[in-house]
Amino acid sequence: MPVSPDIEKSSLHSQELQSQKKREEWMLLGLSLPAIFVIALVVILPVGWLFYLSFVDSQGSFSFEHYQKMVEYKSYARVFIATFKVSALTTLICVALGYPIAYFLAALPSRWSGIFMLAVLLPFWTSLLVRTYAWLVLLQRKGLLNDLAIQIGLWDSPVKLVHNMTGTLIGMAHIMLPFLVLPLYGAMKKIEPDMMQAASNLGASPVRAFCSIYLPLSVSGLAAGSLIVFVLCLGFYVTPAVLGGGRVVMVATQITAILEHQFDWGAASALGVVLLLATVLVLYLAGRFFKFDTALFGKR
Amino acid sequence: MSWWTSPATETQISHGDRFWLYVLVAIIMLFLVIPTLIVIPMSFSDSQYLEFPPEQWSLRWYGEYFDSTKWMRATVTSLQVGFLTLLVATPLGTMAAYALFVSGHRFAKSIFLLLITPMIVPVILIAIGAFYAFGRMGINNSITGLVLAHTAMATPLVMIVITAALRSYDLNQERVARSLGATRIKAFFTVTLPQIKFSVVTAGLLSFLTSFDEVIIAIFVSGGNNATLTKHMFAALRDFIDPTIAAISTIMVGISTALLLAIQFVGSKKK
Repeated sequence: MPVSPDIEKSSLHSQELQSQKKREEWMLLGLSLPAIFVIALVVILPVGWLFYLSFVDSQGSFSFEHYQKMVEYKSYARVFIATFKVSALTTLICVALGYPIAYFLAALPSRWSGIFMLAVLLPFWTSLLVRTYAWLVLLQRKGLLNDLAIQIGLWDSPVKLVHNMTGTLIGMAHIMLPFLVLPLYGAMKKIEPDMMQAASNLGASPVRAFCSIYLPLSVSGLAAGSLIVFVLCLGFYVTPAVLGGGRVVMVATQITAILEHQFDWGAASALGVVLLLATVLVLYLAGRFFKFDTALFGKR
Repeated sequence: MSWWTSPATETQISHGDRFWLYVLVAIIMLFLVIPTLIVIPMSFSDSQYLEFPPEQWSLRWYGEYFDSTKWMRATVTSLQVGFLTLLVATPLGTMAAYALFVSGHRFAKSIFLLLITPMIVPVILIAIGAFYAFGRMGINNSITGLVLAHTAMATPLVMIVITAALRSYDLNQERVARSLGATRIKAFFTVTLPQIKFSVVTAGLLSFLTSFDEVIIAIFVSGGNNATLTKHMFAALRDFIDPTIAAISTIMVGISTALLLAIQFVGSKKK
């Protein structure tokens, strides 16, 4: 059967359309160029450069010197352990405090939840420096917390609550709590109340219904929130530097210390690279368990 | 008491049965709110020492703040940088979000990932990297450098807000406009933009706040006459506690609360 000229023409046409579509896709991508330029200039290229620096020794030749030091020197191990410990403990505290709050908020009718939500959003929006400062004042020897505890007889004489691990954990948990509550609240809002009712009608006790229906359904939000908290904690700088009073040395504080006192870009970079790899690894592992998209774009 | 015995949940637990939950939540909410608000009464104290509640009230620390050239200059820098970041990051992020959302190109997803790296890379690493790069370019301690760095931090946030808005918007409307003869640009500005404008405003306010509250990058790349408020505050917190900080903190809480309310207001309009 001879090919009709019409069909030939239309296939040519569709080819033309196809290439036009391609061209337009590229043009559209071009709109993202300014953003790419800025982020490449400020983040990607400099971090790439630091990556390179971490493999260069003091003579300027390629070596694993900086990474070797990390394995050999006990001081580095201490920093990594402290970072992990602070991050894990902060995450645990946030889970313990955040779950009841999110549960309470999710169960409220929307006109009330909006008001109570402010208790979570207000600190979320307040400068981290301001909150760190407030804790510095609240926790000091003659601070409100010590006064209160002595008055109600929790302890007799002022206890050292700040410039140590305790102060760091309290401050960091306070700063991170909204990061856990918000995704968790989002996940809890999606749980159908009817399901709890059904469980109850079928004879489950409230505790049983909670444990076998509500808890498993909220786990994805809890995981997303804990993950964000843990990852943010790994790179934290301001709060441990101020509330730790030099006694809590985390990776970020160590990086600045190396730069300030030794001007050793290679060593600082190597620590930074390890921090980055740890962050990416945690995110990657977590990404295999749940969808990131929902955590980032989930409806509030 | 009828409220006390009335069911609170679908599993027929009464409010009384879970009163412990309300007490617990109240305590946790106090834990969240008190440290945010306590700086306000403290800033009106007359004492050198940080005491609570203050024995005598005064505006002394506000006087110190407004009379200090150092603090005033830092405030101006922070506001300036925040505003410039808003002006640069909002269009940049909106353009990128729109481009990547509309274009079905196979690179779109990779570019999106590339553009949200500032949210993934630990800020301390970005800070020392920028410090190094800006040193080479000679823009450390300059407004340009700060705005550039803060724009890089704010752009991903703008993108996320705008992408979320585009997801709930029906893109066919723009197609209709274009099939009726509007150019893509015209269709965007007359059809799409008016419908996502509240998200654009939210994104703008977010970028301002991102810059205004940013500490770590500012510690490294700002300095001299262009040091930010946060850089001076951090230094003050590490060295000695000066009640002037309480006054400045109160002003900062005021600014973020105002922005939060603005965003809530904008959000309620959206519905």
